[in-house]
Amino acid sequence: MLNRISTYFFRRPNLVLAIFLIPPLLYLLVVYLGSLVSLLVNSFYSIDDFTGMIVREFTMRTYAQVFNITNREIIFRTATMALIVTIVDAMIAFPLAYYIAKFASPRLKTWLLIAVTIPLWSSYLVRVYAWKLILAKEGILSWFIHLFNLTDALDWLLGLPGIGGSSLSLSPIGMFIVFVYIWLPYMIIPIQTALERVPGSLLEASSDLGARPSQTFRTVILPLAFPGVVAGSIFTFSLTLGDFIIPLTLGNSKFFIGQAVYSYQGTGGNVPLAAAMTMGPVVIMVLYLLIARRLGAFDAI
Amino acid sequence: MMNNPSAPAITFEKVSRYFGEVKAVDQIDLEVIDGEFFSMLGPSGSGKTTCLRMIAGFDRPTSGQIHLYGRDVSSLPPYERDVNTVFQDYALFPHMNVGDNIAYGLMVKNVARQERTKHVDEMLELVQLSGFAGRKPSQLSGGQRQRVALARALINHPKVLLLDEPLGALDLKLRQQMQVELKTIQKRVGITFIFVTHDQEEAITMSDRIAVFNQGKIEQIGSPSDIYERPASSFVAGFVGTSNLVSGEIAKHSTGSEQTFSIRPEKIHIGSLSDTPHSDMISMDGVIRDVVYLGLFTRYLVEIEGGVDLVVVEQNLKSTSMDVLSAKGQKVRLSWHQDHISRVGG
Repeated sequence: MLNRISTYFFRRPNLVLAIFLIPPLLYLLVVYLGSLVSLLVNSFYSIDDFTGMIVREFTMRTYAQVFNITNREIIFRTATMALIVTIVDAMIAFPLAYYIAKFASPRLKTWLLIAVTIPLWSSYLVRVYAWKLILAKEGILSWFIHLFNLTDALDWLLGLPGIGGSSLSLSPIGMFIVFVYIWLPYMIIPIQTALERVPGSLLEASSDLGARPSQTFRTVILPLAFPGVVAGSIFTFSLTLGDFIIPLTLGNSKFFIGQAVYSYQGTGGNVPLAAAMTMGPVVIMVLYLLIARRLGAFDAI
Repeated sequence: MMNNPSAPAITFEKVSRYFGEVKAVDQIDLEVIDGEFFSMLGPSGSGKTTCLRMIAGFDRPTSGQIHLYGRDVSSLPPYERDVNTVFQDYALFPHMNVGDNIAYGLMVKNVARQERTKHVDEMLELVQLSGFAGRKPSQLSGGQRQRVALARALINHPKVLLLDEPLGALDLKLRQQMQVELKTIQKRVGITFIFVTHDQEEAITMSDRIAVFNQGKIEQIGSPSDIYERPASSFVAGFVGTSNLVSGEIAKHSTGSEQTFSIRPEKIHIGSLSDTPHSDMISMDGVIRDVVYLGLFTRYLVEIEGGVDLVVVEQNLKSTSMDVLSAKGQKVRLSWHQDHISRVGG
């Protein structure tokens, strides 16, 4: 009996393929793309200011609201933060990923990869609150800064307009530190994977042909690791764009996109505006991917 | 530069390379003459590739010195040595097209683009790939990649070109064609080639001289015919071509000494028991135990006195498979010229 079933499927490979592929495809289509489409549709509705009811008629009025001065600032602020976090994460991640991929012994490699991913085992919320305590005015970081007599430097940093605040935990600088920390593994792993796939003989060939290590880095390692950097930056950039817990917990009173969406649809009940606001990160990400493709990030895939 | 043009291209002075307890290369002395096609032949793990990597600079000797035209390069990084390598896996840069791959050595030296293009075109012509500059390595066949790797390594006009089993991944026809081409290119550019291979036929076809490696040491250095006709050890006799090793009583019977000697299968003549061999021939009677018909020639397994089996190869000049296969079980008289044996010690 079992044999006959096996034979039946063996003779119909397309049926097997369909059985395996249709559920995830349906899921992708209905849940992912479906919700995106409903988001898009909703963003073209508007809310009746008087009754607070959603008016299901096509209008650009909501998008006009997205581009009012407050929301423009929110989008700009969030995108800037996402960009800086991404750049700094890439700069921190690259040397570590390079070391893990090309120099560490197999044993050390395992340990380093565990060390990189261990933070992901604990709750994101717990880690954010832990950082809130670390960065607080009476927190351990301040204590260290005091210990090394760097209090003046910290005060100067916190006094900077726009990014300062009353303490690290209540300033954009603090948010930035936590964002960099929280998304770092998502940058290390793709870069490490990309570098892992670069055969050692390519680096030897480059050196053999007369390239100094810095030239090999620029002309061989970096271009071949670039898809990994792009993959990592998609994570760090989009995760920062959409996050609302960290700005809520650590920042000052200035909104980020995530917070705005949260308050528009939650407190305000303005689903169309929240939807239109969400389209911001989607558009930014699409633009970002197009630019990355232009730069040849996906050529080697 | 402190180069001395009359010095040997490469000199090894008591070079060793240990990996922990393993002696990959053990106290090797070696001289490669300027302009020759030199092969390093040996089984995997014999130390030949480690020697090549030490010449290129990817690896450094644990002890000893390596000279390139009289200049000690033992501790120079690869990018400061006038040596280029053709890698086993070709190691072409996947993100660059063929032209940029070949121009790489010039690019890192900041040679102007126009100049580079000119040299690339010359190189493409040398390896018969004109018009391929715009292709990506992934669009090329194995043989074409091989040529690109060769062109890339030659564009800097290195003093010595190192080839690390470059033909290993090609099929037989292409390999034989590339053997001839490599030899031709070497003559045209006049550069010293050091060729690492485990394929004895390849080494014999292409080389001016061969070093046979075994367990981190060199067993013999010599011309292909030296290596083949006069193997210095039983390892060389066994590794290069097929050999019959004869020792002990039987050796004494035929040569008057118990010292082991080797005799190549094609040097043995099979005759009938009524033959009386010439006075400078050594003869021995035996029974044909097995016959393998191979088209061009036939391989016989002949059991001689004392239960020793000798392999004998004869060309099928007149005989057909019917003739040779019926020879099984026949008593025969084997004979060979006494000059054709090599004493291999032991």
